[in-house]
Amino acid sequence: MLKTASRLAGATVFRRFTTGSTAAPAAEEMFKEAWSKVVPHIDPPKTPLSFIQPPPQLPSSIPPKLTLNLYLPHSTDLLNQQVDMVTVPATTGQMGILPGHTATMTELNPGILLLHQGNQTTKYFVSAGFAFVHPNSVADIITLEAVPINRIDPNMIEKGLAEFSQKLSSATTDYEKAKAQIGVDVHSALQSALTG
Amino acid sequence: MAMSALRREGRRLTSIVSPNPINLLRASVVSSEEQTSLGVRYISTQIVRNRMKSVKNIQKITKAMKMVAASKLRQVQSKTENSRGLWQPFTALLGDSPSVDVKKNVIITISSDKGLCGGINTTSVKVSRALRKMNDGPDCETKYIILGEKAKLQLIRDSKMDIDLCISELQKNPLNYTQVSALADDILKNVQFDALRIVFNKFSSVVSFLPTVSTVLSPQIIERESEAGGSLGELDSYEIEGGETKSEILQNLAEFQFSCVMFNAVLENACSEQGARMSAMDSSSRNAGEMLDRLTLTYNRTRQASITTELIEIISGASALEG
Repeated sequence: MLKTASRLAGATVFRRFTTGSTAAPAAEEMFKEAWSKVVPHIDPPKTPLSFIQPPPQLPSSIPPKLTLNLYLPHSTDLLNQQVDMVTVPATTGQMGILPGHTATMTELNPGILLLHQGNQTTKYFVSAGFAFVHPNSVADIITLEAVPINRIDPNMIEKGLAEFSQKLSSATTDYEKAKAQIGVDVHSALQSALTG
Repeated sequence: MAMSALRREGRRLTSIVSPNPINLLRASVVSSEEQTSLGVRYISTQIVRNRMKSVKNIQKITKAMKMVAASKLRQVQSKTENSRGLWQPFTALLGDSPSVDVKKNVIITISSDKGLCGGINTTSVKVSRALRKMNDGPDCETKYIILGEKAKLQLIRDSKMDIDLCISELQKNPLNYTQVSALADDILKNVQFDALRIVFNKFSSVVSFLPTVSTVLSPQIIERESEAGGSLGELDSYEIEGGETKSEILQNLAEFQFSCVMFNAVLENACSEQGARMSAMDSSSRNAGEMLDRLTLTYNRTRQASITTELIEIISGASALEG
């Protein structure tokens, strides 16, 4: 309980880790060598390692701001944002991430994502996904949708909630029950997001 | 009178008769003649004209196809560029181990359904075959999952036994994440794998398509690699938030990674297909234009030669009469 409380308060625990940037070229070289042994007459294909930017180096002290990357399937707008703190809707509840947080990976439930920058707070409603915090104070959040709260329509939520609750009560197979349950969960989360 | 006699002569020698209205001046040369008496060979102007008409039509069609491909490319390109970030956090966390040593490999080859798109499907199939050769070992098995008809046609020839799933008509509706995640779900349910290798053509520019292979490992292999050290060695240092065990979260992570990587791969391949089709149709129209130029020259030469021949015949006939 103490651990969760301290996490919610965003306590910082700092541990040293090496970044994986040196391992990347080695893996690619290994692949190219293995390829040219078997099929020397065809050029080796590229791997994602050649397209990724190297991660920022491990800072020697805790950086002042957290670098947040929010990845969505349909946009790359919210990358490399410098924020003071971000609160993510993890499966265990709201989790706060400050610069210098330990390396963590967690699944996300549908809920509110809060970005704190100075005095401003930006609220997004995110669908389920994953969140990684790397040791170099870079947080990656991958979800399917992230909508600013002010664009959500409360009437549609009520209608959706009623519809899925009705489907849940009339569901026969396990699969339908699971689908309806997911719908109910998301809509209740949306409702609490708007009110809370 | 000499004209009508020549016309009759011409018709007797004719093997091909053109249905078009014949200009009086050219009456005698409708036939495809091989007049050995004259020692020259003529292609009928009618045949050349037909050829020119068909080449011109082909040029129009390929120009239209290029325009269509260009507009489709514009639509897909913006989607593709926006989806490029999706697989990066997974590679940042897990690295990419393309030369990982596993027992069960599954190669997912992404290709197009329609043809006339240059050589991208052949490159994908070549890379898939080479990957399979690379991973051949004593008790390793490789299976194929094919998206798109063109790769199916090529791979069914020599690897019929190894094909697990064939999926086609992917681009009937505009590509979106829901469709791809349903597809990924389908694949994960039906196929046992240790490592999934997705082969596709990455769109780097309108004229350049890079064959790429993305590797997604199964949760058991991720655990094995992270214990062994190497690029996944720091995975253990990441704490797991939440009530699940490490293996559960790795399972969800692997599935999510697979659907994200598939989404990007399918979009990139669609982009590459349209770009390749654009450049193929462009070179085809240019080729048709050159062919049309050459045919026009031939046509003019033939026409002038036949007029000259006719004149010579008339004049020599007339001078013979005069004595």
